[in-house]
Amino acid sequence: MDEFINLKETELRLGLPGTENVCEEKETVSCCNNSNKRALPSGSENETESSTRKTETSPPRKAQIVGWPPVRSYRIKNNIQTKKNETDHEVQGSYVKVSMDGAPYLRKIDPSCYKGYSELLKALEVMFKFSVGEYFEREGYKGSDFVPTYEDKDGDWMLVGDVPWEMFLCTCKRLRIMKGSEAKGLGCGV
Amino acid sequence: MNYFPDEVVEHVFDFVTSHKDRNAISLVCKSWYKIERYSRQKVFIGNCYATNPERLLRRFPCLKSLTLKGKPHFADFNLVPHEWGGFVLPWIEALARSRVGLEELRLKRMVVTDESLELLSRSFVNFKSLVLVSCEGFTTDGLASIAANCRHLRDLDLQENEIDDHRGQWLSCFPDTCTTLVTLNFACLEGETNLVALERLVARSPNLKSLKLNRAVPLDALARLMSCAPQMVDLGVGSYENDPDSESYLKLQAAIKKCTLLRSLSGFLEAAPHCLSAFHPICHNLTSLNLSYAAEIHGSHLIKLIQHCKKLQRLWILDSIGDKGLEVVASTCKELQELRVFPSDLLGGGNTAVTEEGLVAISAGCPKLHSILYFCQQMTNAALVTVAKNCPNFIRFRLCILEPNKPDHVTSQPLDEGFGAIVKACKSLRRLSLSGLLTDQVFLYIGMYANQLEMLSIAFAGDTDKGMLYVLNGCKKMKKLEIRDSPFGDTALLADVSKYETMRSLWMSSCEVTLSGCKGLAEKAPWLNVEIINETDNNRMEENGHEGRQKVDKLYLYRTVVGTRMDAPPFVWIL
Repeated sequence: MDEFINLKETELRLGLPGTENVCEEKETVSCCNNSNKRALPSGSENETESSTRKTETSPPRKAQIVGWPPVRSYRIKNNIQTKKNETDHEVQGSYVKVSMDGAPYLRKIDPSCYKGYSELLKALEVMFKFSVGEYFEREGYKGSDFVPTYEDKDGDWMLVGDVPWEMFLCTCKRLRIMKGSEAKGLGCGV
Repeated sequence: MNYFPDEVVEHVFDFVTSHKDRNAISLVCKSWYKIERYSRQKVFIGNCYATNPERLLRRFPCLKSLTLKGKPHFADFNLVPHEWGGFVLPWIEALARSRVGLEELRLKRMVVTDESLELLSRSFVNFKSLVLVSCEGFTTDGLASIAANCRHLRDLDLQENEIDDHRGQWLSCFPDTCTTLVTLNFACLEGETNLVALERLVARSPNLKSLKLNRAVPLDALARLMSCAPQMVDLGVGSYENDPDSESYLKLQAAIKKCTLLRSLSGFLEAAPHCLSAFHPICHNLTSLNLSYAAEIHGSHLIKLIQHCKKLQRLWILDSIGDKGLEVVASTCKELQELRVFPSDLLGGGNTAVTEEGLVAISAGCPKLHSILYFCQQMTNAALVTVAKNCPNFIRFRLCILEPNKPDHVTSQPLDEGFGAIVKACKSLRRLSLSGLLTDQVFLYIGMYANQLEMLSIAFAGDTDKGMLYVLNGCKKMKKLEIRDSPFGDTALLADVSKYETMRSLWMSSCEVTLSGCKGLAEKAPWLNVEIINETDNNRMEENGHEGRQKVDKLYLYRTVVGTRMDAPPFVWIL
């Protein structure tokens, strides 16, 4: 709720004098109806989060009215997805989920905070208390039961470290530290 | 006609196909009613809760094609909660039990499950055509059943649905013996596509005329698909990112040139702008172009493409084309009948992408224009008056000024006069959507002049109940009225209860109607379902008392012959 109050205070309006109060009332009523929005399928959660983050840090925008403008949610989703692909390299602070096989709960990190793979992996090692072993271009990770993988925007699970760091930042949607027999399949340079 | 034997009359009726005409025929006399119902093959039900499957089957036992619509239109904009209703399963179950020879099912805004699709695929031997528009609730597993079991499948057309993509192998579920496909549209699927299965399917479908791909189909696959389907009429491109010097691009160019029957182009869901030129050679044949999802293609490339499209009848585009781009459209596309300009920046960037100038240019340049949907930042009465003069043939006029309550940006007046000019000039207007600053006056004009109006969408408009009353009293053909955030209340709602029997439905959200008003209406009209949708808690509404004076957040009422529906969720209160 605090976010809404701040937005309203810094709001720029173009309405006629005298119509302001009416607008305010209507917008408050509509804005509070957040329960309308159904959860988007999990694939687009990250997209929604990063676009919301964009609006928070940019100059104050008008308070969003539910269902306005009248554009189908399908179309909005596609628009956001395309725009995200477009401006990926500009987006700062997009958190991704990190899971580790066997861990009771997930964590979230912002990969763009790190300068490269070694920093990222070190941070993960500290967070989950494990070690990854050594990375080889052909064979993948050797020397550990744990293998770091990530889901790219096509939905495939990829080995962390294969592509240039900038490309990784753009395509990484979530991280998963695989363990045990499943990991072996990846780590053995199949 | 009564002196002819029934078979002759029936034969005459065969030439009458529109459901409106057939409904009219059935009202002439008992004998015509009887003949008509046994010969009716296509049935259209605009509100699935207006009747039920049993009544449908009793009246039309020989039905082959069924069209059903579920949720109200404002569900498209997240105003209707997810679990409201519109379930297709009971319909499919009833149809399956009755052993009717269903061949075609077209659904819009309904909840479809994998279970329903599986049942559908197994119950009707001659099932040929499935069209799902803005539906939800199913996954690619359901599609796999359809692919596997419908031996004579001709059309699988999925438009803008929310489908859970399990990235399974649904495309490989089409048996090798399936060669009857005419339409395959899976553009709305988010996941990976088995390209090998897709190519083999297309290669063995000589009748395939319409193919719409999803994002996961890259350029080189597109080239291969087009070369084995040069008979393509309607193509939806998925991914379109590639290097114009690459071999795949050259192959694509060659394949496109062979598609001389191509008339409709859409998609470009992920598109690199410079590759559009591959399509220039066939543009002169195009009658339909939908670039409204191509957010990455900028104005200049769009314009270059459109300059080749002299025969275009239908254009859907983003406002990034700009007023200048619309001027190019106006001077190039003289056959244009339908235009939709969608907003490209929904986060309120405030770019003045298209204005009233673009709209005026289009109206001046395209004499055949009859349908328009136009999202813009600003409008003036003068522009609307000019548009009305240039295009008196509008059937559908939908204008959305992005900022609610925005007046004429030159005179600061409400836009009553502008819209008034539209309804006065366009005597065949059937659908109208309003926006901008509007007083009761615009509704006076609508009530007075819009004699053919069937659907009206109102948002943030009007001053008093009089506005709504003008419309209810004046528009004799009104079928669907949907209103949001406007100051209309019980007086307007209750003035003429019998009016709602002539309409399909009324939606009012964030207006001034109260609980007691709605209760009063429900009492007077038992043949209406009066639904209060209140997600905060229906019980709280009752408990708060205030003698029913509290305002109703969302009201949806519709005529029905089967009474209260049994599948309403707890937050829907049917009075």
